[in-house]
Amino acid sequence: MDVGPRLKAWKPRSNHEMVVCIHHSTDFEVHRNWLAITHSLPISQWYYEATSEWTLDYPPFFAWFEYILSHVAKYFDQEMLNVHNLNYSSSRTLLFQRFSVIFMDVLFVYAVRECCKCIDGKKVGKELTEKPKFILSVLLLWNFGLLIVDHIHFQYNGFLFGLMLLSIARLFQKRHMEGAFLFAVLLHFKHIYLYVAPAYGVYLLRSYCFTANKPDGSIRWKSFSFVRVISLGLVVFLVSALSLGPFLALNQLPQVFSRLFPFKRGLCHAYWAPNFWALYNALDKVLSVIGPRGFLRCLTLCALSSFMFGWHVHEKAILLAILPMSLLSVGKAGDASIFLILTTTGHYSLFPLLFTAPELPIKILLMLLFTIYSISSLKTLFRKEKPLFNWMETFYLLGLGPLEVCCEFVFPFTSWKVKYPFIPLLLTSVYCAVGITYAWFKLYVSVLIDSAIGKTKKQ
Amino acid sequence: MEKWYLMTVVVLIGLTVRWTVSLNSYSGAGKPPMFGDYEAQRHWQEITFNLPVKQWYFNSSDNNLPYWGLDYPPLTAYHSLLCAYVAKFINPDWIALHTSRGYESQAHKLFMRTTVLIADLLIYIPAVVLYCCCLKEISTKKKIANALCILLYPGLILIDYGHFQYNSVSLGFALWGVLGVSCDCDLLGSLAFCLAINYKQMELYHALPFFCFLLGKCFKKGLKGKGFVLLVKLACIVVASFVLCWLPFFTEREQTLQVLRRLFPVDRGLFEDKVANIWCSFNVFLKIKDILPHHIQLIMSFCFTFLSLLPACIKLILQPSSKGFKFTLVSCALSFFLFSFQVHEKSILLVSLPVCLVLSEIPFMSTWFLLVSTFSMLPLLLKDELLMPSVVTTMAFFIACVTSFSIFEKTSEEELQLKSFSISVRKYLPCFTFLSRIIQYLFLISVITMVLLTLMTVTLDPPQKLPDLFSVLVCFVSCLNFLFFLVYFNIIIMWDSKSGRNQKKIS
Repeated sequence: MDVGPRLKAWKPRSNHEMVVCIHHSTDFEVHRNWLAITHSLPISQWYYEATSEWTLDYPPFFAWFEYILSHVAKYFDQEMLNVHNLNYSSSRTLLFQRFSVIFMDVLFVYAVRECCKCIDGKKVGKELTEKPKFILSVLLLWNFGLLIVDHIHFQYNGFLFGLMLLSIARLFQKRHMEGAFLFAVLLHFKHIYLYVAPAYGVYLLRSYCFTANKPDGSIRWKSFSFVRVISLGLVVFLVSALSLGPFLALNQLPQVFSRLFPFKRGLCHAYWAPNFWALYNALDKVLSVIGPRGFLRCLTLCALSSFMFGWHVHEKAILLAILPMSLLSVGKAGDASIFLILTTTGHYSLFPLLFTAPELPIKILLMLLFTIYSISSLKTLFRKEKPLFNWMETFYLLGLGPLEVCCEFVFPFTSWKVKYPFIPLLLTSVYCAVGITYAWFKLYVSVLIDSAIGKTKKQ
Repeated sequence: MEKWYLMTVVVLIGLTVRWTVSLNSYSGAGKPPMFGDYEAQRHWQEITFNLPVKQWYFNSSDNNLPYWGLDYPPLTAYHSLLCAYVAKFINPDWIALHTSRGYESQAHKLFMRTTVLIADLLIYIPAVVLYCCCLKEISTKKKIANALCILLYPGLILIDYGHFQYNSVSLGFALWGVLGVSCDCDLLGSLAFCLAINYKQMELYHALPFFCFLLGKCFKKGLKGKGFVLLVKLACIVVASFVLCWLPFFTEREQTLQVLRRLFPVDRGLFEDKVANIWCSFNVFLKIKDILPHHIQLIMSFCFTFLSLLPACIKLILQPSSKGFKFTLVSCALSFFLFSFQVHEKSILLVSLPVCLVLSEIPFMSTWFLLVSTFSMLPLLLKDELLMPSVVTTMAFFIACVTSFSIFEKTSEEELQLKSFSISVRKYLPCFTFLSRIIQYLFLISVITMVLLTLMTVTLDPPQKLPDLFSVLVCFVSCLNFLFFLVYFNIIIMWDSKSGRNQKKIS
């Protein structure tokens, strides 16, 4: 049965759609435009098309993904696939796009399941809700940031983070080649994950290419395996070839790179220096002692450092640090404490993304839900150890409440709204920056201390 | 209770689902000239704010009764007045006399939805939380799961936050009444229930069980001593609360009569539109609405209603118990729904609330009933373009119930509280051992039919000769289900003896 005409028959009145539609961000138009570009134009035009200001600036695998989606989209609303239909947003377009995000989240759910398998259930409570696996799955699946960025603001981070978590899970399960392959694929979907590439690179080199360690944990140089290095390199090369190959053949590589790394935005070359240098010392120490957990901390540190020192970083990038950190939080009390500070301030910093009145109750309710659940469940999990927060941290986190009240409820009615409209954003950014920096610092210190303790233990 | 934070999480989930549903369309959106219930509520704010009390229920040049005239008791009018004061503060255009008719805007929708949320948060949700905390012989986890399932019940969320009504106020007051009466705070319970009746007259569906239960308690305490004192006190409370609510309308006889005429429109006929009750379903085969004269219809529905609820009520007077009270609430409200006069499809919520209260005792049947009750409102929900929220909330509710109560493992005769009934039947029919099997099959058939009908209604066009085919089918199927439930709940009540209670396993 042809579904198209049936769905057309269920046609809403166009007038009051505007009354009932929730505000959607420009990201809807961005993705609609990419659907249009990949569907209507040949490959040679994909990275040259500039009718809309939202040009294609993700790597080729994402473009192919939009191409496949567009073939489903045509059954919903053919008009959205016209490149010249700028800002076209019929209700069926919105429906299709929202459904595609939900559908792709299946991959995220699968990845969360795989990650939960890697968590050991040593601290088994009597009930299901107290098991680390359950807490972790709730923290990941109901992550406030991911929910509002993907499903309200609109992006496809769900399945991308799914790929990342899956690759982490494979590394935990010592299936290094699969992990590397998945990460390479991920890079060609969204190049922002380059931020954490050093962690992957050094870990794979260290734990996979050097097949054995000396008794004290440092590198046994003689155990370097050329075969493994080459096979890793081959995997990465093949994936890149699949992705960039067609554009290489068309001599369009410079154009693609100029879209991915727009120099005026200075995305790439400005951040490498402080990030890599700052981390290099920690990397080797950590990886020599702790293994996959160390890799996770390294990854989180990479993501956080790039968030802190990177150039033109979007606030959504904090999710890149929060999600891997969730995996660490159910393991140790110290990590749980850092995770809670990071996640609460990080999520609060996403508030300015949703600024319309109908969305206000939703973001407050979801934030309260996630924060109350995460704090209370982790506190219950680690109740036998010292309290998770000291008085200073508690005070800081509680301060978020009055801050929100001031910015969203009090400020709009004051006279400063006209003269200094940027004050709420400024306050939010500064307050959250304090928390995120503090979390970064604590994580860094704990990584260094643990590696030192580990070294003395081995000796 | 120790797991307070989990209960907070449950309430937050309930609030989130409610607000998300409220972002959808409402009744009569963009449909002049009459619009829908949303416009009715806005209009009542306009009337109560701009006109003096004496004119609220009367037809005049300023108050055109055929255009959404007030037809709920005074408490609704006072609530509308309160909302109107807030509306005046934000934007007077929303309630300007005459000129604000059909006013629709994003800001106004936000305001109206917020009023529903606040009323819910103040009255209904605390009642649910307190009720679940007061449940006896259940672990804390089950109490929290119970609260989650009740708060996720789709019917109430879709009608209040989608279609747009304030059922949570009247149902909340009724629930406070149940709480008070079950916990032996009879006076407070009665007061709360009187407030419920004075908010929406449909709460009278619950009045008989309250009356019978309290009367039974008085009898038990002895009519010559404490019982009589209690009876007098209750009577005073009821009279006082009614007088207080109706005070402005007691000044003239004509005022009181007019309000009563608006509340009980006996001229409007046996039923209106499509509703899942007996008369509407019977009308498919035999047009009784047109054949029978008006007063005969009234007498017929009166007789059927009272005959069907009498056994349970009498038992409640003779053996007042908290459990019996809750089940009698269900069966009474269901009898009224099926047989009474001028029933609207939303009145099924009056049955759903008591069923939610017995969710922990018979999870399988309660979940089944609550699903059917949501399904029975399908034509209304489709008219308001709430298909997506309906499907999503129904699935969420179903999943919550299945995981919280493991309902599919609780289908034995004992779990369904049909053990004493089966034993009685087996005295005459020794081979009657397949009751739970039958019920499981019926459940399967019911769910498949509901899913199929939903799919058909959404995807297919009805034939030209029968444009209402799908609504009628939905009502008919729901009615059959409800008849089955009526019989089932009455069986539980009548066969619930002391020996039965000892055999019941405590979960």
